[in-house]
Amino acid sequence: MYWGSVGEFLAMGGYGLYVWTSFIVTALCMVWEVLALWRRRAAAVAESRGIL
Amino acid sequence: MSFNWSKFSAPLAFYPVAGKMIPWFSVAAALTIAAGLYVGLLIAPTDFQQGDSYRIIFVHVPAAWMSMFLYVVMAVWAGVGMGLNARLSFMMAQAIAPTGAMFTFLALLTGAMWGKPTWGAWWVWDARLTSELILLFQYAGVMLLRTSIDDMRRADRASGVCALVGVVNIPIIYYSVQWWNTLHQGASVSMTAAPKMATLMLVAMLLMTFGFWMYSIAVVLGRVRCVILERENLLAWNKPSPAPEVAEAQS
Repeated sequence: MYWGSVGEFLAMGGYGLYVWTSFIVTALCMVWEVLALWRRRAAAVAESRGIL
Repeated sequence: MSFNWSKFSAPLAFYPVAGKMIPWFSVAAALTIAAGLYVGLLIAPTDFQQGDSYRIIFVHVPAAWMSMFLYVVMAVWAGVGMGLNARLSFMMAQAIAPTGAMFTFLALLTGAMWGKPTWGAWWVWDARLTSELILLFQYAGVMLLRTSIDDMRRADRASGVCALVGVVNIPIIYYSVQWWNTLHQGASVSMTAAPKMATLMLVAMLLMTFGFWMYSIAVVLGRVRCVILERENLLAWNKPSPAPEVAEAQS
């Protein structure tokens, strides 16, 4: 473990804002993409059922 | 007995195969990204020049690599689709574009987050940044061209040509840091030279890259399944749906 404390870890040597924004926005985009895909799949499955 | 691979070029035959592959790639993505985050954020030491701002590299470089790699894969599928007149190839190209565009956006955004503390500017019109921004517009163009043409076959071809022509920008992005004087730093990893970074940093970056790669495959396979359901006109051909829950209701 490189960090001495949780506060140190969150501060990222003073670059916390930049580092955490990068990681959090990346994570949000990827999670959002997966959720959007689930919704699209549900709609596509419903559609192919409606075609019946 | 030989195994007939070509049968999987039929979208409805590929649909269940893609579904079987998704969990494996998802698990591989989750494990390697978790390991990459652990090594990159908790174990790797700070950089002596850039301090802890360098840790942005663990999302920036994988996102940027995927943005270029996915573009090439998308163009290859479009090219195969045009050469063989294969529907599934165009569907793959269609499924890759949104994920590629997302990683291009993330590469630009995390780049801005890194540029501000290290260069003092969120954005500069430097060759690397400008060519990557053009890549985002190319993805947008490929996707918009598809949605703007109603005839699916023409839409496939038009966006395919657009994707293929745009491949010329990929080497420009990649070599921009050598061809021009850029504010952007040179390549972190090269096939021919020893890595310019500490082992732990390199390990974290490669883990994250592998994770993003597996994630992309899982998401693209998931999206191509949606595209197959949306595009194959199942009723007109009186075919059963490849989605098991629908097929059950139909039988």
